[in-house]
Amino acid sequence: MAVAAGRPTGRPEPENPLTAGLERLPVAPTTLVIFGATGDLARRKLLPALYNLAHEGALPERFYLVGVSRKEKEHDDFRAECEEAIRRFSRRKPDDSVLASLLDNVKYVPGTFDDEAVYSELGTVLDEFEQQAGEPLNRAFYLSTAPSFFPVIVERLGASKLARDDPPGHREVRLIIEKPFGTTLEEARELNRRVLAIFDETQIYRIDHYLGKETVQNMMAFRFANGMFEPLWNRNYIDSVQITAAEDIGIGSRADYYDSSGALRDLIQNHMLQLLCHVAMEPPVNFTAEEVRNEKVKVLQAIPEPTVETIPKLAVRAQYGHGHVGGEDVPGYMQEEGVPEGSVTETYAALRLEVDNWRWAGVPFYLRTGKRLARKITEIAVTLKPVPHLAFSQQGSLGVQPNQLVLALQPNEGVSLRLGAKIPGTRMIIRPVNMEFLYGTAFLSQSPEAYERLITDAMRGDATLFTRNDEVEAQWRVCDPIVKAWAPSDTQSAVPIASYDAGSQGPEEADGLLREGDSWRAI
Amino acid sequence: MPARSDAVWSEQGTTPDAIEAALRELLMEVHAENDNFVPARVLNMIAFVDRQWSGEIANRLRGVGRYHASRLLVLAYEPRRERLDARVMIASDGADAPGELALLRETVVVELGKRHLDDLLTIADPLVVTDLPTLLWSPHGHHDIVAELLSLAQAVLLDSVDEPIARDALERAWSLTEQAYVVDLAWLRSTPWRERVAALFDPLWVRREMHAIKRVTVRHHEASTVAAMLLAGWMASRLGWRVGSLVSHGDALVGNVHASRQDVALRLEAAPELRVPGLESLELETASGMQLRLGRGEGGLRAHRRDERGEEREWTLPGASRGETGVLGEGIRQALLRDPTYVPALSAARAMLP
Repeated sequence: MAVAAGRPTGRPEPENPLTAGLERLPVAPTTLVIFGATGDLARRKLLPALYNLAHEGALPERFYLVGVSRKEKEHDDFRAECEEAIRRFSRRKPDDSVLASLLDNVKYVPGTFDDEAVYSELGTVLDEFEQQAGEPLNRAFYLSTAPSFFPVIVERLGASKLARDDPPGHREVRLIIEKPFGTTLEEARELNRRVLAIFDETQIYRIDHYLGKETVQNMMAFRFANGMFEPLWNRNYIDSVQITAAEDIGIGSRADYYDSSGALRDLIQNHMLQLLCHVAMEPPVNFTAEEVRNEKVKVLQAIPEPTVETIPKLAVRAQYGHGHVGGEDVPGYMQEEGVPEGSVTETYAALRLEVDNWRWAGVPFYLRTGKRLARKITEIAVTLKPVPHLAFSQQGSLGVQPNQLVLALQPNEGVSLRLGAKIPGTRMIIRPVNMEFLYGTAFLSQSPEAYERLITDAMRGDATLFTRNDEVEAQWRVCDPIVKAWAPSDTQSAVPIASYDAGSQGPEEADGLLREGDSWRAI
Repeated sequence: MPARSDAVWSEQGTTPDAIEAALRELLMEVHAENDNFVPARVLNMIAFVDRQWSGEIANRLRGVGRYHASRLLVLAYEPRRERLDARVMIASDGADAPGELALLRETVVVELGKRHLDDLLTIADPLVVTDLPTLLWSPHGHHDIVAELLSLAQAVLLDSVDEPIARDALERAWSLTEQAYVVDLAWLRSTPWRERVAALFDPLWVRREMHAIKRVTVRHHEASTVAAMLLAGWMASRLGWRVGSLVSHGDALVGNVHASRQDVALRLEAAPELRVPGLESLELETASGMQLRLGRGEGGLRAHRRDERGEEREWTLPGASRGETGVLGEGIRQALLRDPTYVPALSAARAMLP
């Protein structure tokens, strides 16, 4: 390939002093290849994210896009589809000239993902783009396909030598993998084994788009940029932690996906365990990818693996029945279109976990998620221990309640601290009041979409917001025994499934997980 | 979804106390009407403007959208005015989705005259939100007023290309940097250029070339010499060039600056065809013969590279134009950040003054 000559010299490369003070750091020239480029995720999220990066001038100075998908079509047809998707789903109205310049460098390769010819043609397209650019281009392969294709694509990339930096030193090659990364621990291990046979772990970027959300990144800032909380952040002062991800909507048209997944795999195994890690992790030495992920893995490893005996005491599942949400009559899960008869898939899951380490021993971490609950909310509530002695009369008041710190992630991101305050009057009567901080009131900027941040980070080679192989397996180690216990048997489910009314707070059975004196926060 | 809110209060012959009380009452009224309305608490902005041009300034500020300061205090100056009149507006565009917050932004317009200038600080001080950073902007000059109000502000917004004489612009900005953080719109207009130059030299195979630059030509709007000087000053300060005075040569400033390995021929020339403030193009040549050119284009900056073997390539670096309104919004946002490269660039630009 005739690219501009002589690039790697073997000498230590100098820093780039021109980047100092810039908010947007340069991203190396890159070709991004999206497998599954005509799918829903690409259309709704990836292509609009790429446009928004282009709009802001945040793409690499040389950027090329290749779509790979089964359907036969010409480059121009694919460009037209990209344009349509961007115009429909972009968070800002596209600028015609920016959109045109982005689409100028888009090509399409049709074919099935197991077909060698696809990878041969892909190699040709990648070479053509390098010829056009006159310089080596990094390559990022984005697997936005059904998970069953992940190993197929990875092995084909390996066989066609596209996974390698060839000749060495010319370019970085990266692999971006969408969730779910396996549906059991065994599958996750097998997938890791097959992917790591072709790619090095440093080349792999496993997406959990929750980590790309500003709100989750803010948790790190909250914990590690504010000295006042750290002295309290342990078993001596914290009584319990509750993590809630509730939705008021049902499964909509996603019965196919949802019924094979369920609440535990859909949200708890990945997103909610990540939130737990952010709450419980030790301060990393620095914010490099390895240090942050090392600390998260330590938390996951400190969670005792559920057993057949303990699961009934630490996990509850349920399905929503008919009910009312927002004044509307809504069907139960079994009445939703596409849900198979007799399904025992959970639409609600609650866990009580412990983190058995010096900092957290004995502190229960309650996790719950569900569809068709009373409202949409994602929050982390940290309840502090009550005061050791109460000098005030509680007669005639709501009583002195423990302090509670609530980190709200959506819909209104913020921090609320529950304090006891005296009710104005002649008597010393206390009631709880909230001191609230709302992020939306304190910043001018609009948060970028999670995918904008994640695609940029992957192209830059920053893996901090991506899940490492041992992290994925450690997450599965916690959830897999529960998945197995809940798996339907021939006649009936091993563990019975509870039900709850749509629009309610969830099943009563979830109360059984709570330690005496604890209660779920109102959704 | 909360409805839009537009609460208004006005009074002629008023006092800062009355204005402040009205602000508090309006906020309580709006919040009581719907508790999804919450006041933004990000930034105070004080704009001291000539009353006759205050409409134009209001239009510019209306265009900044989400970058509107959470409390904007417009001091509209009309020398002969004897009475203090004020209007308070609390507005919200509503929430993006049901259940989400709807931010309230407050605008206070105080009309005042020459007789109020001696006590200006006591008029403005009660009307800014305590503990929020304050940005000061005086788009119609009035340097003495800026000096008076500086004790209330942590950042000053200016546009160096507004000063007709480059020396005055750079000296003015320099003197302000000693007292506050300066947000210079002339500098912000060059942000995409700086980002792209940094990116062009970022790939490892080309990184060493940045230290072999031997020629730089910046073309700029006729009234934007300062913008070109700041861009050249940025390159000089980042790359460790020793700079000296440039000389006027027709419509251009020319001269040599000294890099560690070679001299750099610097030329800053007016581009009469350019209709908007800012830069038209940047050309660089390195000792190995590589030439790079960045210029304005449709859909982003247009890049052209001729490598040491004479191979030429041209491409677009996608990016939407922010327009002058976008630049002003960015200026307001920058009041909350700190760019450590502006002052060194400004210092180098001053050293280039003829």
